[in-house]
Formats: sequence, C-alpha cells, structure tokens
Amino acid sequence: MKEENFLSIIGKHQAHQGGLISILEDIQTRYSYLPEQALRIVAQETGFSLVDIYGVATFYKLFSLKPRGKHLISVCSGTACHVRASSGVIEEFEQRLQVNAGETTPDGEITLVTVNCLGACALGPIVVVDGYYFSNVNRQMVGKIIDNARAGIDRVDVDTDERIFPLEVSCPHCNRSLIDKNFYIDGYPSIRVTVSFGRRHGWVRLSCLYGSYSVEQEYEVPIDTVVNFFCPHCHAELSGVLDCTSCGAPMVSAFIRGGGVLHICSRRGCKAHMLDLHGASL
Amino acid sequence: MIDLIINGLSVSVEEGATLLEAARFLGFPIPTLCYMDGLSPYGACRLCVVEIGEGPRAKLVTACTYPAEEGLKVRTASSRVIKARKMILELHLASCPQSKTIQDLAAAHGVRQQRFRQEYEDCILCGLCVRMCEEQMMAKAIGFRGRGQNRSIGTPFDIQSDVCRLCGGCMYICPACQLRCTYTEPEKAVCGGCENLSPPCLEKEQFDDMMCFMDPCVACEIAKD
Repeated sequence: MKEENFLSIIGKHQAHQGGLISILEDIQTRYSYLPEQALRIVAQETGFSLVDIYGVATFYKLFSLKPRGKHLISVCSGTACHVRASSGVIEEFEQRLQVNAGETTPDGEITLVTVNCLGACALGPIVVVDGYYFSNVNRQMVGKIIDNARAGIDRVDVDTDERIFPLEVSCPHCNRSLIDKNFYIDGYPSIRVTVSFGRRHGWVRLSCLYGSYSVEQEYEVPIDTVVNFFCPHCHAELSGVLDCTSCGAPMVSAFIRGGGVLHICSRRGCKAHMLDLHGASL
Repeated sequence: MIDLIINGLSVSVEEGATLLEAARFLGFPIPTLCYMDGLSPYGACRLCVVEIGEGPRAKLVTACTYPAEEGLKVRTASSRVIKARKMILELHLASCPQSKTIQDLAAAHGVRQQRFRQEYEDCILCGLCVRMCEEQMMAKAIGFRGRGQNRSIGTPFDIQSDVCRLCGGCMYICPACQLRCTYTEPEKAVCGGCENLSPPCLEKEQFDDMMCFMDPCVACEIAKD
C-alpha cells in the first residue's frame, strides 16, 4: 500500500468534477477496502473535507472500511428474495462459513454480505459471487456456491471450455511467428514478445489460448503499467491503431495465421482483448 | 417584495425569505428544533410544518426550507398542522425523552402520551451541530455517517478530528444531548413537569434544589420565603 498508488488513482479522476465516488470505487477495487490512510490522502488531494468523504464511504454499501476477503458473496435480502426464503440461504451461508453476514472468514478468503435488492427479483433468491449471479438459490446449492467461490469463479477450465482455443500469431511487420515451441503455457506453445516499461526490458510469454490470461514474465510488470510490445525477431513495435475500450490504453496487434488480427490491451491487469477476423480495424 | 397570504392576512415579504422567516417576522409562532438564525435551513425536525394551498391540493411543507411565493396561501396553525406537529413531537419523544427542549415543546403542545416503542437516544439527527461546525466555526470536524438505521453524527473513524478546536459549539447548540430533563422516569416518556401547575418538587421535599428548569422555579421561589 503505497502513497503513489493512491495519488495515481486520484490523478486519473481529478479532471472530472465530483469524481469522489469514482476515486473511492477504484481504491476499493484495488485494495478491496478503503484504508484510513487512503481517505486522508483523498481529502488532501481533492480538497473535500475528510468528514464528507467519510460520510460517502459509510453511506454506500459498496464501500467497506474493513478489509474484505478475496471473494465477495452477496446474498439478496430484499423483499422479493425474502419471501422466497433468502433468510434460510443467508443462515446456511453463515453456518457453512462460520461467520455472520458482513464478516470475513478468518483465512481472509470469503466475505459474506447481505444486500437489499439486486434488481432481479423474478430470479430470487439471488446470490452474487464476485460479479457472477446465481438465481433461484436454495439451501442445497449453498455448499456448491462456496466451493465455486473458493476455486475462483472466473477461472476458466482450459480443457472443457469451448470458448478457449489456441491461436497462432505472427508479427505484422516481419510476418515471423511469435509462437515459442520450447515454452509451454496452459499446455500449449506460448506467444513470445519483448516488452519494455520504464527502464526495464525483457521477455513476456503469453498463453496462446484465446480467453486465457496466463502469462510468464522475466520482470514482474506492476499492475496498471502500460507496456510497449516488440517483435523478438525484427524488434519492431507491435503497435496497433485501436485504443482499449475499457481503459483507453493503446492496443497491441498481431496477425493470426489463417487470417485476422488479434488485439490485446497493453495495460497490465486490463483484460480487454479482441479478435478481428474481417480486418475491419485495419 | 412578494405578496402572500399567511393565516388569512395579506402580507408582503422580501424576496428570498422562507415561510418561517416571513411568519416569524409577522409574529406568527412556529416551533422549531433544527432551525437557527445564521445556519442554513435543513428541514430535519419537521416541526415547522405549515399548510400551503387550498382545498384538496393543500399540503404540508416545512416552513424553514420553503421559499415565500407570490400569492401563496399559508396556514401556520390549522388543525391538520397542529395534529401533524403533535405526532412529530410524539415521535421525537419516543426517541429522545431526556431532552429538555423536546419535553418543553411537547408540554407546550399538549402532548400527553407517547404511543411508540420507547428508545433512549441522545441524538435526533437534526444536524444543527454539523451545520454549526461547518458554517459558523469553519471547521467541518463532525458530519453524518452511515445511513438509515445506522446513521449517526461524529468524527471520521471516531477519533478526535485534526480540525476540531474543541470550541464546544456543537454541544452548545444541541437540543437533545445537553439540556437533560431530570424528571423523566424511564418508564414514562412524557414528563410535562415544567408545564404542570403544581410543580413536582413541591410534593417531594428532598428535591428542594432540583434543577427542574422552570424559570423561575415556583417551588424554589416558595422555598426561599
């Protein structure tokens, strides 16, 4: 937890009037809670008084002043879910996790909270795990949901998921293949590129499976850094023409064998990627 | 100047005046808890409700936040207003029976019962102290936290604020936590002591110097003679 991290988050939103909630949201996403130090720095930098910021931070259920676990399980206790026996579901969660609603398991893995309405009343009782919705939940499903949450809900099963397929990509400048047959990631040959950020320069190997975010790197690239990608053969920069739709960083392009272009966001931690088979973006 | 009708009387008040300011200037009493000259109106205690409009379109609004409008018909003490004020006081009593200010207002309005689940809060969330701190003391040391049932007033993180100068303005202005009504018995919220014709300390000799807040205290005056 470093001061410059907070400062960079604040700087990102400073230009917008009333960016307080966006700043707090970003801090919350990054640290899964709002540290006291962070609120003080936000107060100093934005000119809002600490009282107002604290008021906002305690007003919205989205924010937490206590550290939350890695995974967040929200159980709806709104009217519609309540009449469909969501209180029993909450009870079951509490028993299985051995915590009360609003608390985090001692191992820091799971935080259980109740929320008042998720707006999908027809599907109630609703449970949301790290952004994934489970509908018509009953007590029998609770154990499975907890197992899912512990395993990581957005983990993709490489072997069975049909959305995952290998790609063979090449440098758009020299047309040589970027695939490294001597280095396997996810059980497939990896994509080798050279990256530079700050004064560091090294290799990065990405999984060639479309939809997998597995990556091996020579130097650990800090989260949120925008890195430059280079072809390891001709050393030309793999720059594209597109900007990332979710974070605004430039996207990196590579040709796909058999036609088409692959775009990936150059910001570490941003998962935006795109497959363009018609060449419309060129 | 804006012309309006308050309690059937055609009056004109300055532009920008609220109904409360207009009515008070003209001598119509409107009780308030969360209003103070020099602080921005907040409309939290709802005690200053008045009725505006006519017939079926008449509605209750808080006088402290409602600006005077051209041709507006205002009634500051209609039966609907009085009924609403009594209910509001009853609700205040239900949460904060120890407040001398609220007990006095309740007694003055003839509230003789309290029919809600009794709580013993020491804050009615009127926000006077928050506004005092911000607007008069220029400090912003305290503010509202949380929401709904968990709403409370205090400093961030419940530790002493860096900007607090310990001026005591928040305590001075508070209608609930400072002046304690000492005659309230826990099981009955309505005290009415100060308004009773026979002061309570008369009957109980051991309470000769009891702070019953009557000004002047009849019992103590008699005891002096």
